[in-house]
Amino acid sequence: MNKPAVEQMRTIDRVNATLKQRYNRECRFRRFGLGAVLLGLLFVGLMFLNIIGNGYSAFQQTRILLEIDYRAEVIDPTGARDPATLSSADYAALVKSSLRALFPAVQGRGEKRELYGMLSSGAFLELRRRVMADPGLIGTREQLWLPVDDDIDMLVKGYIDRRLPESERRLDNRVVAWVEQLESTGAIEKQFNLTFLTGGDSREPELAGIGGAVMGSLYTLIVTLLLSFPIGVAAAVYLEEFAPRNRWTDLVEVNINNLAAVPSIVFGLLGLAVFINFFGLPRSAPLVGGMVLTLMTLPTIIIASRAALKSVPPSIREAALGVGASRMQTVFHHVLPLAMPGMLTGTIIGMAQALGETAPLLMIGMVAFIVDIPGGALDPSTVLPVQIFLWADSPERAFMEKTSAAIMVLLGFLILMNVIAVILRKRFERRW
Amino acid sequence: MSNTLLILILLGLMVLAYWLGVRRSRRLVAGSGGVRALHSLPAYYGFFTALWCGLPALLVLFLWVSLQPGVIRDLVISDLPEMERALPPAQLGLVINDIQNLAQGNIVSAEVNPAMEQAAAHYQRLQQTGYAASVVVVLSLALAGLSLGWRLITPKFRARNRVESVVKWLLVGCSTIAIFTTLGIVLSVLFEAIRFFETVPITEFLFGLEWSPQMAIREDQVGSSGAFGVIPLFAGTLLIALIAMLVAVPIGLMSAIYLSEYAGAHFRAWAKPLLEILAGIPTVVYGFFAALTVAPFIRNNGAPLGLDVSSESALAAGLVMGIMIIPFISSLSDDVINAVPQTMRDASLGIGATHSETVRKVILPAALPGIVGGILLAVSRAIGETMIVVMAAGLSANLTANPLQSVTTVTVQIVTLLVGDQEFDSPKTLAAFALGLLLFLITLVLNVVALHVVRRYREAYE
Repeated sequence: MNKPAVEQMRTIDRVNATLKQRYNRECRFRRFGLGAVLLGLLFVGLMFLNIIGNGYSAFQQTRILLEIDYRAEVIDPTGARDPATLSSADYAALVKSSLRALFPAVQGRGEKRELYGMLSSGAFLELRRRVMADPGLIGTREQLWLPVDDDIDMLVKGYIDRRLPESERRLDNRVVAWVEQLESTGAIEKQFNLTFLTGGDSREPELAGIGGAVMGSLYTLIVTLLLSFPIGVAAAVYLEEFAPRNRWTDLVEVNINNLAAVPSIVFGLLGLAVFINFFGLPRSAPLVGGMVLTLMTLPTIIIASRAALKSVPPSIREAALGVGASRMQTVFHHVLPLAMPGMLTGTIIGMAQALGETAPLLMIGMVAFIVDIPGGALDPSTVLPVQIFLWADSPERAFMEKTSAAIMVLLGFLILMNVIAVILRKRFERRW
Repeated sequence: MSNTLLILILLGLMVLAYWLGVRRSRRLVAGSGGVRALHSLPAYYGFFTALWCGLPALLVLFLWVSLQPGVIRDLVISDLPEMERALPPAQLGLVINDIQNLAQGNIVSAEVNPAMEQAAAHYQRLQQTGYAASVVVVLSLALAGLSLGWRLITPKFRARNRVESVVKWLLVGCSTIAIFTTLGIVLSVLFEAIRFFETVPITEFLFGLEWSPQMAIREDQVGSSGAFGVIPLFAGTLLIALIAMLVAVPIGLMSAIYLSEYAGAHFRAWAKPLLEILAGIPTVVYGFFAALTVAPFIRNNGAPLGLDVSSESALAAGLVMGIMIIPFISSLSDDVINAVPQTMRDASLGIGATHSETVRKVILPAALPGIVGGILLAVSRAIGETMIVVMAAGLSANLTANPLQSVTTVTVQIVTLLVGDQEFDSPKTLAAFALGLLLFLITLVLNVVALHVVRRYREAYE
């Protein structure tokens, strides 16, 4: 009679024998999973820390306080205040003489050239701008903060180690001594770097800014939005509300799904071959960039818009049709407004994609060195990600800082767009 | 610029037409029962008139703008001296270019002779005539359309149906853009690729073991053999993609399993969006991270171990690409794991399996097709990824399986061949299009297979 009991014992013994091992395995598996998630989060944290750590200092620029004497005989010997004379005057000489006045002990050509090299080669442009804006300054003196050269900037920010032997440093002891002298009198300090946010590109890191790239991105995105939103919504409305189920619509759907996964660089090839070579549109123009990005983001917008239309319950359509609206009226007066938040969310996410895209824009020539800030969708320009790509290639240490800062600005815009999309979804999403 | 003005005038006319149409429809029924006597609402009569006014005119304007340069070119050529007309097409193109530049007051490459000046004047005259004619034709067409639409309005006229069918055709037109895009991609790469295969045989392209796209300018130049063998590029691409997958698949899959099977709602709610941040970071940022942080890190740590790591190692690019793909794999796997019916979990847990045994023996086999589809999509992504490899991988085409060496990829070569100034008939630039065609076909096949697998899988549980 106790035979089955024995067998039962056996089974439970067999279970018990391996149970510890199985629980261990369970525990290990669980830890692996948690480890994978934490590793992923670690990567996120690492990238952000790396970029912010490298880039935050670019929002400050070292400047030297100089006493500038706007001597009339240098700027405007005739006294006619003729704009042409004013703009071609030798402002660099004024800066140099102020520097000499600050360090009277400096003698000899080599030493002097080194002294002048402390200031940015574009520092005199600031003088010109001020004089052109207010010719009354001529003949007066004023205290002015002027930007320093990128090497000095790196020294002051602590990226160049002052304790290294002279031969291993980019700057020699004399320059370091000058900087230290200025530091002790408070005539050199880090100030907020407005040039970085508003200026165009430059070969000199201290004069380079992302203003031009931001404007280029803005024009490109405007073109993309104006084209992709109406076309995407119209296509989604047709496919979801009107299209009969047949081979043709199947073909369209397969195409849309495939386009969503085509490498972005292929869209660049399309833009190069069709828009530039065939239609002869200008290279490097935000118009062409916007058109290429439109083709690239359309699948995203169409797929999101279709999902939004699908989530509107059929009862809304039936009610509208029931009171005598035509199908077109049903869609445009009732379904579309209800689906609009979802469509807008999808569009914003598509725009965020377009804002971060680089590869297709390289193909259509938006990768040129452009100093001027573009004034329209046909001017040659570059965009923020391409600017990052260009700067990342530059050897100067100061450009690494600028690149990281430009990435921070780009990520800031992307986060803003995604936050808007999330808010939109939270506020207007309806559960039927 | 002046065409913009013309379009603005047209838009103004359309607004006017709308207003006129609405007014006429209301006037027609003013005495006989008001708006209810109309077939459609007054606004539809307005839209109808506006469409008649705008659509034909805009179409003609579009055609005019796209055809005019060609026509003018032919006219100018037919007016050139006999000697220049007999030039080969490429040189003729240069001459025409010079004439155009001369007409626009730009710098001209050739010296200016009287015949060219004459041609430039002719060109300018034709262009002005063409523009004036287009303004006249377009505006008169708009006015004619307006009056026609206005006349057609009667109380019984079915304006709504007409307007709606136009709108419907517009919708159909928008939905076909996807097809035109695919067609455009195929045709544009195909034509250039065919031109490329005229100079380089397709077998040499597909099976050649050497890639060095420099063509000799002089016959006796050294080191410019112009070898177009695509194998090393593919080896490099696959090597980097493999490294990326080795990083992304375990991490992505395990985090998807953890988040969907183990994690509490609270942890999931903040960990999932944080992980998905990785998907939203632009690839150029990953490229920067790979080139300036990861690559030096690997090289500096490899040196003490006695490893000779290239500064553009495949490992750095692959690692960072893997990080980029983690959220892609994890969200796709998350979807398919969630689609496995709860009853299967309950059954497995009910007969005493531990949670991890349930996952490994029941859920993963059930979700496998979907996961494989997701991985295929990720592979196609890794192959087509451009910026990370452009910034972090090398340019020299080494045929190697050593991840510490520098390799190059298909996308890197496309970018290198096409960025900067190029002439459009050298095999060097055309090679980029051949590579693009290959890239497009490979990713297309991967995508079609993957989408098919994923769809079949979803249907199995719905």
